[in-house]
Amino acid sequence: MRFDLRGLAVSAVLLLLIAVAGAVSLSSGKFPIPPADVMRALLGGADENIRMVVTEWRLPRLLLACLLGGALGLSGAIFQSLTRNPLGSPDIIGFSAGSYTGALIVILLFSGGYYQTAGGALAGGIATAACVYLLAYRRGAQGFRLIVIGIGMSAMLGAFNAWMVRQADLPAAMSAAIWGAGSLNGLSFEQVFPVVAMLVFITPILGALSRPLRQLELGDDAARTSGINATRLRLMLMILGVALTALATAAAGPISFISLAAPQIARRVTRKAGVDLIPSALMGALLLAVADWVAQHAFGVQLPVGVMTVSIGGFYFLWLLIREARR
Amino acid sequence: MTELKVTGPARLCVENATLRYDERIISRDLSVAIPDGSFTIIVGPNASGKSTLLRALARVLAPSAGAVVLDGKALAQYQSKQLARTLGLLPQASIAPDGITVADLVARGRYPHQSLFRQWSCADEAAVEAALAATGTTRLSARPVDELSGGQRQRVWVAMVLAQQTPILLLDEPTTYLDIAHQIELLDLCQDLNAKGRTVVAVLHDLNHACRYATHIIAMKDGAVVAQGAPKDIVTEQLVENVFGLPCLIIPDPVAGTPLIVPKGRG
Ligand SMILES: Nc1ncnc2c1ncn2[C@@H]1O[C@H](COP(=O)(O)OP(=O)(O)O)[C@@H](O)[C@H]1O
Ligand SMILES: [Mg+2]
Repeated sequence: MRFDLRGLAVSAVLLLLIAVAGAVSLSSGKFPIPPADVMRALLGGADENIRMVVTEWRLPRLLLACLLGGALGLSGAIFQSLTRNPLGSPDIIGFSAGSYTGALIVILLFSGGYYQTAGGALAGGIATAACVYLLAYRRGAQGFRLIVIGIGMSAMLGAFNAWMVRQADLPAAMSAAIWGAGSLNGLSFEQVFPVVAMLVFITPILGALSRPLRQLELGDDAARTSGINATRLRLMLMILGVALTALATAAAGPISFISLAAPQIARRVTRKAGVDLIPSALMGALLLAVADWVAQHAFGVQLPVGVMTVSIGGFYFLWLLIREARR
Repeated sequence: MTELKVTGPARLCVENATLRYDERIISRDLSVAIPDGSFTIIVGPNASGKSTLLRALARVLAPSAGAVVLDGKALAQYQSKQLARTLGLLPQASIAPDGITVADLVARGRYPHQSLFRQWSCADEAAVEAALAATGTTRLSARPVDELSGGQRQRVWVAMVLAQQTPILLLDEPTTYLDIAHQIELLDLCQDLNAKGRTVVAVLHDLNHACRYATHIIAMKDGAVVAQGAPKDIVTEQLVENVFGLPCLIIPDPVAGTPLIVPKGRG
């Protein structure tokens, strides 16, 4: 594409806002720390206690909010572009519900730990995506069929998840429910590294596929005549998209709304046609960082961030449905 | 006149191909040659397999038996970007991403000439400008495609294919949605491109336009080629009756001397 000044400016502003949100989030909490001390702590200076609070308690959580938010924004951008529909995001078409099912099975039936749960979420997300894809498949998975089937699948899995939690004994059900609310509470650097490793693996591939992805938005025939293997490209993008959602779900539980909204808000701001990956990722990071800060500090008690996003997301989803229905 | 133009042996041909969508066979043992340097027009009733043939010629649809051959090599053996720099297709239906502007859409025709490391060049800019100018859409270039009329939109899609700058152009019903003046303008444009050395293959519904502009006509019925050749040689009352089931008279076109079909209708 041609040199895109507005897109660059938007990305720069988003980065700046993420930095501001990060600074606020690192300095606020039970022990308020002035920004200057936060800065010093990050650079390895400052008092030892302050350094511990900033780098060991607050920093990993902030990093995870940004990384997972970015992953969700990317995943949403991929699926909204593939389905050519703002409703076609992984939390709507059942992949998040499927990841939760996978995690529930591991928690409740095998009392698995963190990594097993993460693996279960990954497997559940991929299995759900495969089911939705196969059910929607008719000479290539069509956007709208995929969404309708995905929404149905999501509802079924939601009911199944609720049933699983009710069947379980109390302690297991509690831990499943806490995980299922979607929360960054109690996460540490131990959880940051696998996320970074996955993202380091996924993002360069996605970067290379972003131009073909935009070409695919013109329809399969047009994409094929520009030299793209549409079927293979779509499959690769779906795998990457599912992996990104599953990554977030595995680390923090199901967090809705970010992948639905981030690409659309980014699109409004950049005023670009189609879905744009980098602004979507940055917008997702900003949204989740802010939502997590609000969930931690705005209500006196620490709420899971998933509760925050699901309630904002409900209104947004309603608005989107009404707008799509009018068209 | 166009008839005097030299057309060479075929670069692009279909050899004994079976074209199908899953279980549904559209064409069996189909062989078609596109004379090099020709303005070939494919005609035939609805659902006779014209688009299917064009899609096979563009490698969008792979034949389940036989082959489509370009310069002696099966299309399947080409590297896809190399093929995309040789063959351009205007599909019967394309989708414009929400809110895309005319200039950005036309610029996407440059995709096969770019790569991850060579993104936007002066040659791309020049090709887009030339394509916009050729289709009379330069004035629209900053407008969103969603807000255009059907005819304007169709010309923008043609501009996108032109920007691809391929020596062979495959156009599926390029004149749909266009008013009569713009239809003629577009056909004139195709003729100019053809005169400058490009091979143009188009599906058209208007037989009189086909006879006027084509150097080579392919008439299809039920997935098979019924006749092919220069309009003067093959377009007869029997052919039109046979292919379209339309009783008609054929008189010489008072302007170009090509066959002019006059339907008898119910009198
Ligand atoms: N994607 C498809 N899947 C199944 N059948 C198709 C598809 N596209 C076209 N057909 C069928 O193939 C036949 C030929 O279609 P087509 O080549 O589009 O005809 P034309 O362009 O001559 O009107 C029709 O009977 C049509 O129903
Ligand atoms: Mg057709």
